[in-house]
Amino acid sequence: MFNMVSASNGARWIAVCFAVLFAAACAQTKPDGLATNVKPGTGQDFVVNVGDRVFFEEDQSTLNSQGQATLANQAKWLNRYSQYTITVEGHADERGTRQYNIALGARRAQAARDYLVSQGVSASRIKTISYGKERPVAVCNDNSCWSQNRRAVTVLNNATN
Amino acid sequence: MRQIWKHFLGFVGSSARVRGGFVALLAVLSPIPAAALVEIDITQGNVEPLPIALPQFSAEGGDSKLAADMTAVIAADLKRSGLFNPLDPASFIQKNMSVNSTPRFGDWRTISAQALVTGTVTKQADGRLRAEFRLWDVFAAEQMLGQQFYTTPENWRRLAHIIADAVYERLTGEKGYFDTRIVFVDETGPKDKRVKRLALMDQDGANVRYLTRGDDLVLTPRFSPTSQEITYMSYAGADPSVYLLNIETGQREIVGNFPGMTFAPRFSPDGQSVVMSLQQGGNANIFKMDLRSRQTTRLTNTAAIDTSPSFSPDSGRIVFESDRGGSQQLYVMSAAGGQAQRISFGPGRYSTPVWSPRGDLIAFTKQHQGRFMIGVMRPDGKGERILTEGYHNEGPAWAPNGRVLVFFRDTPGANGGPQVWTVDLTGYNEQRLETPAFASDPSWSPLID
Repeated sequence: MFNMVSASNGARWIAVCFAVLFAAACAQTKPDGLATNVKPGTGQDFVVNVGDRVFFEEDQSTLNSQGQATLANQAKWLNRYSQYTITVEGHADERGTRQYNIALGARRAQAARDYLVSQGVSASRIKTISYGKERPVAVCNDNSCWSQNRRAVTVLNNATN
Repeated sequence: MRQIWKHFLGFVGSSARVRGGFVALLAVLSPIPAAALVEIDITQGNVEPLPIALPQFSAEGGDSKLAADMTAVIAADLKRSGLFNPLDPASFIQKNMSVNSTPRFGDWRTISAQALVTGTVTKQADGRLRAEFRLWDVFAAEQMLGQQFYTTPENWRRLAHIIADAVYERLTGEKGYFDTRIVFVDETGPKDKRVKRLALMDQDGANVRYLTRGDDLVLTPRFSPTSQEITYMSYAGADPSVYLLNIETGQREIVGNFPGMTFAPRFSPDGQSVVMSLQQGGNANIFKMDLRSRQTTRLTNTAAIDTSPSFSPDSGRIVFESDRGGSQQLYVMSAAGGQAQRISFGPGRYSTPVWSPRGDLIAFTKQHQGRFMIGVMRPDGKGERILTEGYHNEGPAWAPNGRVLVFFRDTPGANGGPQVWTVDLTGYNEQRLETPAFASDPSWSPLID
């Protein structure tokens, strides 16, 4: 289904739903609105209403304004629900070599982590990891997929849905 | 751990003698004087493969299938090298050859064979396998080599590879690489849920076995140049880290106690240290760990991604990739660290450098305009040659004789995946190496002792 989505926002929303693995939640969520049946403070609330991931340009680890906005919302949410520790996972697209992409993913995770810390999230709550190009979410052969794979994903370590 | 015993054979017939001390290599295509020895000049690019006759080895003790299988493995090794053309047995005039047959050289000249290998496989009363072979120069009408081996029957494929290595070495003047193995990452499952396992196979793709179960992501296995040990990256622990695995004992251990992710490991030429990258924040730097003393040494200190270190075979220098200048490029530094010299200057990004065991070349991956290439350049950066080019070629590794490169080639889209290929140093003789599933990150073992 990924290669049929060309608009990046749409692609992202599908990717988010995919990550949540709750088809029902996806069906009741609009890109512009908040899910109505999600319990605040849950992992589902974080993924669906805050957004768990930010995206990067090719071979870059600089956050764009949209990424900064998402991370600011993540920080606000994390500051409210302080019971969570998080792992920021950095990823790269497949159009690079393996070892470099491991380091590039780490750089992206670090960029997201640093931004969360700048927004008041305690560094002691954050762990980072890089999966390089080994964990793609979109598998088509053009930039609509590669752009979804160049990402940093904030994962709640002790989340309940 | 020696499993195969070798003896040299005497000569058949009183007139057959080995000529010693030849110096000049003769090009295959040049006219061969009547008394000249048959040899291959493999310094040329696209050599005409040497016509070689490999009549099925005779079987003493009745196992003619084993004799046929061994002959087929030898022929396949030689053919795959691109330097030999095993002739069709249907064309052979002299039949029923054994290691004790005296060749009728005229019969072999008639079918244009330049070299002839005869052999016999014997199942002995003590249960051991004996294999004997002779290599003949058809034009000079002389034996070039004769050897006899003893081993246990389950080692028959290795024995065939050892014989192929002996023939290769005698005719090319270079060490063979057939009695070797390749470690790689076996990849199964859909592209967004790949299961990756360490796997090992003979260099011809036979005898695949799995070294990990697929529970943890594993990447970049590299053979020790001196032992049956590998170093690789695994996500088994809290931080992804570099590990050692002894493939004979199954014993594994983490390499060092680093404050963060370690990756891109490679052994030193003596097998006693591992160089690798350590990720700290957004930067990756290169460290070395002495496996005996456990001492670690920082080799680079930059706000950049320094990775894929590879020693020169004399252990004096290390080539690595770094984006310190803005994009991935190759650098060479002393093995003690310090100042690094950039050596790649062509258009595009250069990565995954690996120093040839012969020392004369560095192989690399190059990305340019959305294409991925495998190339080689001299250690001073000059003489760049691209060996293969396409949608995605990555991660070259050298055969132990520095003659052949193995790498992986990925194919695009949801159903695509990596496969292992080999290519000759000259860029000719590109061949797929069959694997049970998708496969990446191949690394060649040394010759098995």
